[in-house]
Amino acid sequence: MHLLEPRAQPSQLMRWTAPLIAIGATLLTGSLLFWALDKSPLASFYVFFIEPLTSSYGWSELLIKACPLILIAQGLAIGFKARIYNIGAEGQLIVGALFGGGVAIWLEGSDSGWVIPAMVVAGAIGGALWGAIPALLKTRFNAEETLTTLMLTYVAIHLLSYMVNGPWRDPEGMNFPQSIMFSDNALFGLLIEGSRVNTSIFITIFAVLAFWLFNARSFLAYTLEVGGQAPAASRYAGFSAKRTVWFSLVISGLTAGLAGVGEVAGPVGQLNLNISPGYGFAAIIVAYLGRLHALGIVLAGCLMALIYLGGEAAQVSLQMPSAITGIFQGMLLFFLLGADAFIDNRLRRPA
Amino acid sequence: MIDHLIPILAGTLAAATPLIFAGLGELVAERSGVINLGVEGMMLIGAIAGFAFAAETGYGAVTGLPAGALAGAAAAMIFAFFALSLSANQAACGLALTIFGIGLSAFIGQHYVSYSLPGLQPISIPLLSDIPLLGPVLFRQDWVVYLSLIAFALVTWTLAKTRLGLLLKAVGESPEAAHAIGYPVLGIRYGAVAFGGAMAGIAGAYLSTVYTPLWVQNMSAGRGWIAVALVVFATWKPTRLLLGAYLFGAVTILQFHAQGLGIDVPVQFLAALPYVATIVVLVVISRDRKLLQLNLPASLGKPFLP
Repeated sequence: MHLLEPRAQPSQLMRWTAPLIAIGATLLTGSLLFWALDKSPLASFYVFFIEPLTSSYGWSELLIKACPLILIAQGLAIGFKARIYNIGAEGQLIVGALFGGGVAIWLEGSDSGWVIPAMVVAGAIGGALWGAIPALLKTRFNAEETLTTLMLTYVAIHLLSYMVNGPWRDPEGMNFPQSIMFSDNALFGLLIEGSRVNTSIFITIFAVLAFWLFNARSFLAYTLEVGGQAPAASRYAGFSAKRTVWFSLVISGLTAGLAGVGEVAGPVGQLNLNISPGYGFAAIIVAYLGRLHALGIVLAGCLMALIYLGGEAAQVSLQMPSAITGIFQGMLLFFLLGADAFIDNRLRRPA
Repeated sequence: MIDHLIPILAGTLAAATPLIFAGLGELVAERSGVINLGVEGMMLIGAIAGFAFAAETGYGAVTGLPAGALAGAAAAMIFAFFALSLSANQAACGLALTIFGIGLSAFIGQHYVSYSLPGLQPISIPLLSDIPLLGPVLFRQDWVVYLSLIAFALVTWTLAKTRLGLLLKAVGESPEAAHAIGYPVLGIRYGAVAFGGAMAGIAGAYLSTVYTPLWVQNMSAGRGWIAVALVVFATWKPTRLLLGAYLFGAVTILQFHAQGLGIDVPVQFLAALPYVATIVVLVVISRDRKLLQLNLPASLGKPFLP
C-alpha cells in the first residue's frame, strides 16, 4: 500500500513540474468524465478550455475572474509559507464586500471622487478585521485557525444575508435579497470599451508586484518562511510566532477584503447573495498551484479563471451543470498534492 | 414553555443525529492518526447518493442510508489514496475532497432538484413512549435516531474494550512501534478512514432522506465541519462527542422555536448561532493546552512512511 519511499534529496525538477503534471492529469480525468457522460471528449475539451479564449470578450472575462483569484491567493501564500492555514478567505471577501458596499450605500448620491478610494479602504479594513478574529483566537486561546476561519465564513454569509434582507435591502427591489445598484462613482471605471474590465485590475497588479518584492527582499518574509519550515530554529532565532500568525491572517484577510470590493464595485455592482462563486476557496488551490510564488500565482490564477469560464460555457453549450467547475477544482488539488508527494519521495522499488 | 420544551428536545435529538454519525466516524479516523477534513464533502456525496437511491428504488431511507454509506466510503478512498498511499498533506487532501464533493453532489443533484421523498414516521416504543416528557422526547423518534445511539454504543465499546480499539490506538499513538511489531499501519488507517467516510455518508443520507427529505445543493451547510470541530471539543472521547452533538442539536433547533419562545432576533443571527457556538467551544477547549495534548493522538496528521 505504501507506494513511496523518501528521496535522499528533494527533487527541484518535481517542484516545478508538479503543477504541469497535475494539470495534465486533471485534463485526462476530465476527458474520461466527459466520455462517461456520453459527450465527445474532444468537443467538450474545446468548449471548456479553448472556446472561451477565441474571442476578445472571452479574454476580458478571463481577466475579470483571474484578478480576484490572484489577489486573494497572494495574501494566502504568505500564510501558507508560514503554515498558517487560512481557509476562510471566502468569509473575509464577503465582509470586505459588506464594508465597501456599506460605504457605497452610505455615500449614495455623493459626486465626490473619493467614494471609490473610501470603499477600497473600508473593504481592506473589513477583510483584515475578519482575519484578525481567528488570529486573536489562535494567539490568545490556541484555537485552530482552519476551523475558526471556516466557521467565520458561514457567519459572514448569514451576516450578508441579514444585511441584504434587512437594513440594506433595496426598497424598490421587489423584495429580492439585494441592495440598491451602486451609482457610477461607487463603481470602478471601465478600462476597455465593450467589456467589464475595470480599474480594480490595478489593485491586483500592485499586489503582485508588492508581494513579489516582499518575498524576494524583506527580512520579515524570511522569518515567516523559517517559522513554517523549521519552527524550532525559528524560536531559537527569536522570531515571534505570534507576529507570524497575526501578520499572515490579517494580510490574507485584507487581500480577500479588497477582492470583495472589486466584485461589488465591479461586475456585480451591488450587494447580493451571489457576490462570489467561491473565489475564496478556489484561491487556496491557486496559491498552491502557483507554488506560493507571486508570479506563479498569476499563471495559476489565469488557469483557475479558465476553469470557471469553461464551467459557464459547458452550461450553455453542453447543458451541463456549472457545478462541474467544483469537480475540476477538487481533482486539480488532489492531483497537485499527489504530484507534490514526489518532491520529497520517489516510487518504492522492490527490495 | 412546557409546550415548547417537548418539540425542542425531540427536535434536538433529530438535529444531533447527523452530527453523531459524522463525528463518530471522524473520531475513529483521527484515533488512527488521520485527520480527514473532507467530512463536509463526504456528507454531501452521501446525501446525493442516498437521495438518488432512495428516489429510484422507492424504498426511502432503508435503501438510501446504505447507499450513502457506500458512497461516503468510496469518496474516503480517494482521500486515502492520496493522503495515505502517497502520504500527501492530509489537511489539504481533506479540503480537496470537500471541494470535490460539493461539486460532484451539485452536479448529480441537478437531476433531483424537484423530487421529494416521504421521509420517515417516528416509531413509538410501547409503554416507554407514554412516560410524560421523556416518552415523547426519547421514545418517539425515527429509527435512524435509535441507530445513531447503537452506533455510539458500538464505537465506544470497540474503542475501549476490544483488540481492534487497542490496535487503532497503537497506530494513532506510535505508528513506528505498531509497524515494528508487525501490524499493517496503513491497512488499519485505510479501514478507519473508510469507516469515517461511511459514517459521514450515513449522516448525509439522513439529511436528504429523513431530516429534510429533499435534495438541496450544499444541504449539509457546514455540518461536516462542525463534526470535525466536535471531535476536538470531545477531546477524542465518544461520550463527550455525544454530549457535544446534542448541545449543537439544541442550538440548531432553537432557531425554529425562537418566535414561539418570544425571542425577537433576526432569523439570520439565529441561523449563524451554531457556527458561533462552534468557535466558542473550540476556544474553550483549546485554551487548555494540557488537556488537548494529553488526549490528542500523537501521530495525528503526520504521514507514515516506514
